[in-house]
Amino acid sequence: MTPALQIDGLSKAFPAGRGLFRAARAQVQALHPISLSVQPGETLGIVGESGCGKTTLARMLVGLLKPSTGTILIEGKPFDTRDRRISSQQIQYVFQDPISSLNPRKTIRQTMETPLRVLFGMDQAARRARIDEVFEAVNLRPEFLDRYPHEFSGGQAQRIGIARALLARPKIIVLDEPVSALDVSVQAQVLNLLADLKAEYGLTYLFISHDLAVVEAVSDRVAVLYFGAVVELGPAEAIFARPTHPYTRLLAQSAPAPGRPLLRRDPAPAELPDPLHPPLGCAFAARCPKVTQICRQSAPALRATGETQLAACHHPDGLGDQA
Amino acid sequence: MRRAGPFLALVFRNRLAGFGAVVLAVIVILCLITPLLPLLPPNVTDTPNKFLRPLSEGHLLGTDHLGRDILSRLLWGTRLSLAVGFAAALVAAGFGTLIGVTAGYFGGRTDNVLMRLIDMIMAFPYILLALAIVAALGPGMLNALIAVAAVNVPFFARNIRGLSAGLAAREFIDAARLSGQGHTRIILTELLPNVLPVITVAVSTTIGWMVLETAGLSFLGLGSQPPQADLGSMLGEARAAFLTAPHVMVVPGLTIFLIVMSINLLGDGLRDALDPRLRSGALARPAPVTLIRRDGPAPVAEHPEAALEIQALSTRFEVGARVYKAVSDVSLTLGRGECLGLIGESGSGKSVTALSVTGLVASPPGVITKGAVRLSGTDLLSLPYRDLRDLRGRRIAYIFQDPLSTLHPLYRVGEQMVEAIRVHRKMPLAEARAQCIALLRTVRIPNPESRFDAYPHEMSGGMRQRIGIAMALVNDPEVIIADEPTTALDVTVQAQVLALLDELRRDRGLSILFITHDFGVVGQICDRVAVMYAGRIVEEGPTAQVLAAPAHPYTSRLIASLPAPGAGKRRLVSIPGLPPAVDRLPPGCAFAPRCHRAQQDCSAGDIALTHQGKRALRCLHPEATA
Repeated sequence: MTPALQIDGLSKAFPAGRGLFRAARAQVQALHPISLSVQPGETLGIVGESGCGKTTLARMLVGLLKPSTGTILIEGKPFDTRDRRISSQQIQYVFQDPISSLNPRKTIRQTMETPLRVLFGMDQAARRARIDEVFEAVNLRPEFLDRYPHEFSGGQAQRIGIARALLARPKIIVLDEPVSALDVSVQAQVLNLLADLKAEYGLTYLFISHDLAVVEAVSDRVAVLYFGAVVELGPAEAIFARPTHPYTRLLAQSAPAPGRPLLRRDPAPAELPDPLHPPLGCAFAARCPKVTQICRQSAPALRATGETQLAACHHPDGLGDQA
Repeated sequence: MRRAGPFLALVFRNRLAGFGAVVLAVIVILCLITPLLPLLPPNVTDTPNKFLRPLSEGHLLGTDHLGRDILSRLLWGTRLSLAVGFAAALVAAGFGTLIGVTAGYFGGRTDNVLMRLIDMIMAFPYILLALAIVAALGPGMLNALIAVAAVNVPFFARNIRGLSAGLAAREFIDAARLSGQGHTRIILTELLPNVLPVITVAVSTTIGWMVLETAGLSFLGLGSQPPQADLGSMLGEARAAFLTAPHVMVVPGLTIFLIVMSINLLGDGLRDALDPRLRSGALARPAPVTLIRRDGPAPVAEHPEAALEIQALSTRFEVGARVYKAVSDVSLTLGRGECLGLIGESGSGKSVTALSVTGLVASPPGVITKGAVRLSGTDLLSLPYRDLRDLRGRRIAYIFQDPLSTLHPLYRVGEQMVEAIRVHRKMPLAEARAQCIALLRTVRIPNPESRFDAYPHEMSGGMRQRIGIAMALVNDPEVIIADEPTTALDVTVQAQVLALLDELRRDRGLSILFITHDFGVVGQICDRVAVMYAGRIVEEGPTAQVLAAPAHPYTSRLIASLPAPGAGKRRLVSIPGLPPAVDRLPPGCAFAPRCHRAQQDCSAGDIALTHQGKRALRCLHPEATA
């Protein structure tokens, strides 16, 4: 089956310290070359902490950032953002901060109408019909359309953000921390709505979050990012039940949950390496309990650590360790 | 367009602005009807009748050195001066906005080039540049207008550029790009409407300045050319006879004063009315301690042995006619060495409770209307301000969500810690420094000696929160109030900070009031937990018991909706609806409209918090607990 989305060697480097007449002195590798594929109807969870490159990846996938290297294929065809009319029907984006993603000086209707008018040249009646349709899909009352963004709570605004993403009938939606700004009780409403919409429209999701528990609750497969690289990739239940990368394990153990004891030992300071002077070997080496000489000298490649799991580690926890 | 009535009322609330508006309105109306008034022609000379005093026959304001009627010249001149000033402001605003929005929106090299050009203009002394422009173009009113507009472009460009750069980084601009709009369209339809209020205010406050500058050029003979009158040239021509016929100079001088003053007063009023912060009353300087307006005496201490006892505390915000009951009748007892969790969603009143403890809620609009806060038995709300201030930070310390916003960005962290000690205790600098470095070591900051001299921005979020904790500990407080101390941190860092807090509390016997929205965090660190909803405590009890068998439907639903790690892909339990606004609380249980167990009596009237053993509950139909 042709993957809904396939990325090969996608990377992004930002120039650092560029002046008016000077070329950039150095580069910050926000995302090391990564390759992933997502099957139609699948939810791929992407989890990582701040500075791991997850938002950079999301912005490249929707064409808000130009990749430094690599290709993006959608249903086997190269993704071209020059024609937004086509690209907007392929992939859509739901923003992290629902209120900030709406223009404070426009009514919701004005915001929703823009893509329909600009991209698809729909007349007023057609626009109205389509907006009513998506508003019903996300359980919002039509009278909300004539209000301004500040009149909405975070949960309502995020529904509006989702409705906007649905307007162009996309196949793939990139959800960038869609619930992290929301209260717990509202978070569950939005996650369930996303699940319903996926079933109804046969959508494919890329669900990006820092919250392992949330990612686990919605994903089929999960990619764990650390310092701009995928460190572990595999089916969601396997990743959480049997993490093979020490970072995934740390992440899983750190997630606070009722009835779970605090991590007693205080591991090495949880600092990321300096992006201007990245380490030679594994980026996690300084924090890793299993670190050896080779970890500091060469960066490990992503390789199979189980039947379905991959990890970028010189000393992965094999399936045998669990017994 | 937007509710003109209340807007005008806001402008006129500032009396000086209202005065300015009236004066300006009179002047503008006079200018507008000048052609219709029965005035003498302004430029006809009548030398025999020169320097007539005001109130002379036929010349209300007298005549000038050529015998021309001053009143006529004044009105025609004011008309010209105002028109030129206004036009110059519009031209400057137009070009300035164009440059500012372009630089701010595109950023990078475009921004750099445009702003360096603006810097070059600004490098010239202001009036010199205007003189140079007029000298190059030749004297005349139009050229004066161009010169005045040109020297004011940088002011607008820089203001608008800063604002646009901030807006361009917002997500709605990205969303507009994704919706297929081009750059021009985004600038015109998305960005510009958001900077328009600022442009309006900037124009209104600079017109006066422009009138003055145009008058200055005319005074020097570079603006309006004889015989045409404007305020500046009238002043200039009258200069020679200042001692013999002062009125010829005083009249236009006074007019300039009136115009500029009225425009500036009105501009200030407009700015205040358009500033959203002022509209919400936030610009008013808050009092050093929250206003306390208790209608009865403070309740008697019930647990004098407790470290902190909050008794029936009620805090509300009074904004205009609206009353937001942020905290209603909250009672909490924090035992010595205990960690009490206060959990709730945004708007539940948990942070207001924390701030009310030492009177840190901003007043206006905050008012404490009821209750007492007792630290080892003493009611803090009855203390004079001096005593309360001495107690803040010394006996009760706070840890906030983001230390970046509570640490001063321009001082080294060490200096700030030392200051926190020396505000309360006399101590030699070296000793204070040694004590702070020891504390930094306690909170596990690597290389404490060098970190002592670091600035807050040089540290990661986790390190800053460790500094925040060390700051709270400098005076060995009895009680620490931690308001969402780990919410802004990554999970792996959060785990470390929680472990640190837990260890400190056990080593030092600290009592911690731990405010959070996260049941996972509560479960890990708190001995007891109190659940808040819409300003009230709905359930309280030992953490393990509440987590295992929540009795209030809100608590049970909230715990169930928490995605627990390790449970796999599934549908989550959700709570329908939204929390109520605290200015329109329903009668009875505030959770009833969202509750799956609600019955009619739930909305009938107030429901009391009933205690049973170590647990307390505010519910008529609790979950069946086994």
